[in-house]
Amino acid sequence: MSLATESAPEHDGVELTARHDPRVALAKSSNRRRRLAYAGLTPFAAYVLIFLALPTILAVVTGFFSDDGSLTFDNVTGLFTPTILATFGSSFWLSGVSAVIGSVVGALICYAMLGTRVGGVLRTIIESAASVLAQFGGVMLAFAFIATIGVQGLVTVILRDTFGVDIFADGVWLYQVPGLILPYVYFQVPLMVITFLPALTALRPQWAEANATLGGTRFAYWRYIAGPVLAPAFLGSLLLLFANAFSSFATAAALISQGSQIVPLQIRAALVSETVLGRENMAGALALGMIVVMVVVMWAYSVLQSRTSRWQR
Amino acid sequence: MTAALTESSTTTAPTTGATVQLNSVVKTFAGQTALNSIDLEVAPGELVALLGPSGCGKTTALRSISGLESIDSGRILIDGENVAETPTNKRDIGMVFQAYSLFPHMTVLENVEFGLKMRKVAPARRRERALETLDMVGLTKYRERFAHQLSGGQQQRVALARALVTRPRVLLLDEPLSALDAKVRVQLREEIRRIQTELGITTVFVTHDQEEALAVADRVAVMRDGRIEQIGTPEQLYATPTNAFVADFVGLSNRMPAELIDGQVHLHGCTLTLLGGPMPDGPVLALVRPEDIALATAGIAGTVISSSFLGSLRRTRVRLNDGAVVAVQHEVERRPLPGDVVTVQLKGAPVSALPSEQKK
Amino acid sequence: MSANVAAPVPPVETVSTRAKPANQAVRIGAEPSALTRRLILGIIGAIFLIPVIAMIEFTFRNGLAGDYTVGHWTGLFSEDSARTYRGLYQAIGNSLVLAAVTVGIVLVLLLPTMVLVHMQFPRLKRTLEFICIIPITVPAIVLVVGLAPIYSVVVQVLGGSTWTLAFAYGITVLPYAYRAIQSNLDAIPVTTLSEAASTLGAGWLTVLWTILLPNLRRGVLAASFISIAVVLGEFTIASLLNRRNLQTALLQVSQSDPWVAVIFALFALALAFVLLLIIGRLGSATPSRRKS
Repeated sequence: MSLATESAPEHDGVELTARHDPRVALAKSSNRRRRLAYAGLTPFAAYVLIFLALPTILAVVTGFFSDDGSLTFDNVTGLFTPTILATFGSSFWLSGVSAVIGSVVGALICYAMLGTRVGGVLRTIIESAASVLAQFGGVMLAFAFIATIGVQGLVTVILRDTFGVDIFADGVWLYQVPGLILPYVYFQVPLMVITFLPALTALRPQWAEANATLGGTRFAYWRYIAGPVLAPAFLGSLLLLFANAFSSFATAAALISQGSQIVPLQIRAALVSETVLGRENMAGALALGMIVVMVVVMWAYSVLQSRTSRWQR
Repeated sequence: MTAALTESSTTTAPTTGATVQLNSVVKTFAGQTALNSIDLEVAPGELVALLGPSGCGKTTALRSISGLESIDSGRILIDGENVAETPTNKRDIGMVFQAYSLFPHMTVLENVEFGLKMRKVAPARRRERALETLDMVGLTKYRERFAHQLSGGQQQRVALARALVTRPRVLLLDEPLSALDAKVRVQLREEIRRIQTELGITTVFVTHDQEEALAVADRVAVMRDGRIEQIGTPEQLYATPTNAFVADFVGLSNRMPAELIDGQVHLHGCTLTLLGGPMPDGPVLALVRPEDIALATAGIAGTVISSSFLGSLRRTRVRLNDGAVVAVQHEVERRPLPGDVVTVQLKGAPVSALPSEQKK
Repeated sequence: MSANVAAPVPPVETVSTRAKPANQAVRIGAEPSALTRRLILGIIGAIFLIPVIAMIEFTFRNGLAGDYTVGHWTGLFSEDSARTYRGLYQAIGNSLVLAAVTVGIVLVLLLPTMVLVHMQFPRLKRTLEFICIIPITVPAIVLVVGLAPIYSVVVQVLGGSTWTLAFAYGITVLPYAYRAIQSNLDAIPVTTLSEAASTLGAGWLTVLWTILLPNLRRGVLAASFISIAVVLGEFTIASLLNRRNLQTALLQVSQSDPWVAVIFALFALALAFVLLLIIGRLGSATPSRRKS
């Protein structure tokens, strides 16, 4: 006996029970399908949980424990000692300088590529070269720069023998923080090209044409139209470059075998050597510090990105 | 050169529009001839529409006048002055593009002010003039909005205001309505025409929509393959097309096999005047307008294929006894159904003709 | 032709012809002139080539003797090279295995999830995108701090060999692989295609296999190649978790035989260039849709 107040559904004059009601059957099968679909998400979810969420949490949390397992803020306050602060300062300086140089040079390249045919030879080569060189970090880059401007590097030797210029007259700077700038710029510029080129090519030709018909010069176009439109994208890319340099480890590790002048090297020291200021869990605190910086930078980046996409509609 | 902008003259007084002339203008793109020695003259304050299928050169011609395309040979004269070598930003023209031309990071008002800013007009003055022009297109209350917050029709009105704020001597419109909805298109074209007439600006308007061209222009130039096939008033083009391409392109026409004898078209027992240049006698395809055929009580017999209600009139397709299918335009009160047997009659208007072998 | 023009057109006296048509886009400032373009790209390109040239030059140096030799290159193919560089070759093998497993993770875990979300859970798309962008905010150097305890468990379960690093690498390549596949997914009208297919009678598995995946070839290939490039160049995690891969081995070898280290670095660079060049060609080979 049906509990529904409405009349039971009929099919060909025969009353249907809930078991045979096509509406119920449909709802049930789509429910089952839904549950199956959700199940399909679990492998990836589990993977990300174990290898991304968990390590991140662990990394941050270890900073709040001391060696004997007790909760402490010592590691976090240790971040504010002069040495560590200086390390963060060096990291900021290195990231900032390489980001600025990288973004300016990269923007120039993108400008030079305006008007080239999408899919044409020049474009494809530059885009491929950019993807490769953006990944060309770490050990191989260190080799390249030692070979170029190391003590016996090709350029060092040429400058010394042909031009009489000794770039290391005041000491070998390649293996210290200033020496990292050149290798960093080498992978920053390609990254800029990759991230900024879409914005530049999204400049509509109608804007330049409208500017011309309204009496504007080329300079006026760039100053009043293209410049302001590109500014958010440029700044966003600059921030991305900063984040990229800040989180780089391999290049510095390869060039500076001992020492912890920048934050990633400080983390290495904390993980590898037995004592760093007597606190092993320092690495966790440093990781926390890095994450905070990265979150701020990436948040600013996403704000600028949404500005950019609004105008690219 | 231009009417003084810095004077506070009444802005809606017509400016003395400039003349625009193209003399033997030729333009080729990578081996293809886009403009094949075009000659065109636009009188002051006139609105000439360039009409034609895509690839006919109408946009190239417009862009040559603006300077956004360079020409290979010929002269482009604005007010008698050859501007072919003058860069675009010195030609004192206004241009409205099909879409996407508003500067996205500027408000509507800033967009409209831009031309004045380029002419170094003082901020207070240019704001005032920009608001006046914005008022002409009825968008004053949108002045602080941004392009992406406006509908397509509103954006084009802003684009129009922006082009007009400097009271240029020539206004160029490159398919300004093609990206808009049908209803907005009709409204906006009337507005453009109204403003253009009020200001007396010489205007060249490119479109592929023949209805639009006929509705809006003082004269229409029908173009094909880089040449002007015919230029004349809308009535002239419609009623007396000089060749079959124009007859076919402007308005609808039926093609009916006929015989040309002694320069007159013989069709279904009627003798009709031939429009356009002389043709050799023989079998031809006569181009007959739907409104020149009537549903009558006596005439050529046929069967109705379909009938479409178009609001103020009906268009019925009839298969005649000789196999030809014609569209007949008639009053809405008659409602032929598919399969009905009807008789149609030619009203006797002059017709154009195509040689019979040639398929256009 | 112009039969209806009112006034007769005066004969043209001067014909203005241009020897070379001026590029209007350059004149209005939308593009740089060819000269500017060549100057910028030429100078910067040359500067960027210098380190590569220096590396090549280095591999021909005869120690500190000052002259040149091909000995370092030929030494690779000599008989005892296999023995001397065994560690290096093993490390290369490790890296290749790691690359393969990482690509496997991308294809088996990431790709199906992305397709599933795209088709069934469109509201989760932003969440998925966010997850795949996290590895940029949590870089390898930070991740590795928390990976150490996790890997001690992994070692207990799966043994201490190097290939298990691929689990971590799958995370580091997420941003790149996601972007590559997503741009492909966005380009094909997934919903329309699958709806059309289902009205024609196809079940969801058929739709996935015969309709979606063939259209995703470009994105999948791009994701795979870029993952390979990233894995081959990875140093941080391998180094700080004490595993041997191509990069850690290169660093180690460079201390005893820098020339061979540089030679292999050049190989790796060339390989990455070829891979990414192919991706670039893949991207342009697909016909772009014309906007109506």
